[in-house]
Amino acid sequence: MAQITLKNLAHSYSATPTSDADFALKQMDHVWQDGGAYALLGSSGCGKTTLLNIISGLLRPSQGRVLFGDRDVTDAATAERNIAQVFQFPVVYDTMTVRENLAFPLRNRGMDPAYIKARVQAIAQTIGMEATLDRKARGLTADAKQKISLGRGMVREDVNAILFDEPLTVIDPHMKWELRTQLKQLHRDFGHTMIYVTHDQTEALTFADKVVVMYDGRVVQMGTPEELFETPAHTFVGYFIGSPGMNLLDANVTGNTAQVLGAQVPLGAAYAPISGRTQIGIRPEYCELSATEGLPITIRRIEDVGRHRIIRGEVGGNAFNVIAPEGAAIGADQTLVRFAPERINVYADDWRVQGGAV
Amino acid sequence: MDKTQNNKAWFLILPVLILVAFSAVIPLMTVVNYSVNDTFGSNDFFWNGLGWFEEMIASDRMHAALGRQVLFSAIILAIEVPLGIFVALNMPKKGFWASFCLVLMALPLLIPFNVVGTIWQIFCRIDIGLLGHSLAAIGIDYNYTNDALDAWITIVVMDVWHWTSLVALLCYAGLQSIPQAYYQAAKIDQASRWSVFRYIELPKMSGVLLIAVLLRFMDSFMIYTEPFVLTGGGPGNSTTFLSIDLVKMAVGQFDLGPAAAFSIMYFLVILLVSWVFYTVMTTLDAQETK
Repeated sequence: MAQITLKNLAHSYSATPTSDADFALKQMDHVWQDGGAYALLGSSGCGKTTLLNIISGLLRPSQGRVLFGDRDVTDAATAERNIAQVFQFPVVYDTMTVRENLAFPLRNRGMDPAYIKARVQAIAQTIGMEATLDRKARGLTADAKQKISLGRGMVREDVNAILFDEPLTVIDPHMKWELRTQLKQLHRDFGHTMIYVTHDQTEALTFADKVVVMYDGRVVQMGTPEELFETPAHTFVGYFIGSPGMNLLDANVTGNTAQVLGAQVPLGAAYAPISGRTQIGIRPEYCELSATEGLPITIRRIEDVGRHRIIRGEVGGNAFNVIAPEGAAIGADQTLVRFAPERINVYADDWRVQGGAV
Repeated sequence: MDKTQNNKAWFLILPVLILVAFSAVIPLMTVVNYSVNDTFGSNDFFWNGLGWFEEMIASDRMHAALGRQVLFSAIILAIEVPLGIFVALNMPKKGFWASFCLVLMALPLLIPFNVVGTIWQIFCRIDIGLLGHSLAAIGIDYNYTNDALDAWITIVVMDVWHWTSLVALLCYAGLQSIPQAYYQAAKIDQASRWSVFRYIELPKMSGVLLIAVLLRFMDSFMIYTEPFVLTGGGPGNSTTFLSIDLVKMAVGQFDLGPAAAFSIMYFLVILLVSWVFYTVMTTLDAQETK
């Protein structure tokens, strides 16, 4: 096990990158703690798989170093890095039994047969496959096969990290939940460093201690699920996390007031003068329809999702969503929307601006 | 709920039945007719029952030809299948050289059989052939026209040259269908090269290998044109395979009855062996699934 350090790391698929746009992965500096559960979250093409392949050694970064603990592994081959990886689609050795599949990484490393036997038994118990240990892997269902892949990833105790590349894509929804819970349990039991790539925010938020949100080849925020929700560091995080995402409105900010569409919106903090495109961001959860104060909203549609209702509308021509708690009355006279001041974030050119005391 | 009985679908296969009847079944029936009759031409037939069959089953000449045929097919399979797999494993996976190799490999398959025989016949001649003359020049006593072993070696090498590509191309297709993740996983598991072959590549190729083995068995068991052009079955009878012998008997000696009886048995042998191959390999497959 080891702490993973990414030093000045960047990667370009073109041989002679000239501009920033040529880089699939823009320069980054990160330290990932030993034993942490990290999720790499982002939409397709944001560079999360590139980053994972660099860590696993399938790709050599065009600049920067990768360190496992104190050891520089930038030029080390995958096999030397002592990592495990679980792929998007189940990778099992068809002609082997489940037991042989689980034992394979240990046997190849010449471990003691008695140890292998005990270890395979323990892993089979954790993934709930003791009963099928002696069956051929070929005839099993996709989720059973993916469980074997997970088990093979887990079976070595001394791995530096276990990497998951969207491992639950092929799994049924109800099995997804179960496997995710098992993964979480395995993380608690064994304490491996785990890196989990996904584009599904629910998966990321439930699995990880720290979620790394990537956008356009950059890590835009690395934080706990709560931090991502309350204080998104970038408008992309606000938009990507949450359902529906954060509302954004162009504004002029002076001190602790924002000028939005000619109206005054009080803010929870005071801001120094801001240059660049200024926006305020507010989560739909912290908005409320009102008949007396706030900004005018045109309501297009109301979706009842059971627990709460999502009001979809427009404010000054921008799409705007409000979440109303169950039972709250929505009247025809409620044509204004007001915000909780302390929940408003201010963005300059898409990046969050830290406010001071009022 | 009762299923609607509608057997009209059978009519859809009627065209195929008619076509197959004229192209295979009816001609085969004339062979059956010859096999149970004796004839001296001018459409006079004398009933002979199973006489020809009994004669052929007891015939030493046929036993010898069958023995040579089995040996030949065994040698061909033993060489071409492993060699084809080996070639497929070492072919480039993508880029210009992959296409180049594919075209190169396909070339022997596109040459007509009698041309293949002629190419090798000239290539191996000791007076003017590139191979034969070179071998003679370096002092190797090689002459496929009067040494049985040399003739056999020449025919086997010719067949390997002609048909290994087929096995290789089929295996190559099987290998190309393996997702990259398998190789990555094997690397992470520190699997040896042998393990990668044994547990990833071979199982994924088993389907196409079954086809390759079947095709190569059937083709080699029925081989006629190439050895006929190359050696004409000689020296002596040493490369007279079943089909060559059959043609000698039917067209050379006009022993139509025995030849017909024998071709029916020949057909049944091929059918039987192919069926055994297929059944054994598919049941092995099914057992592994359980």
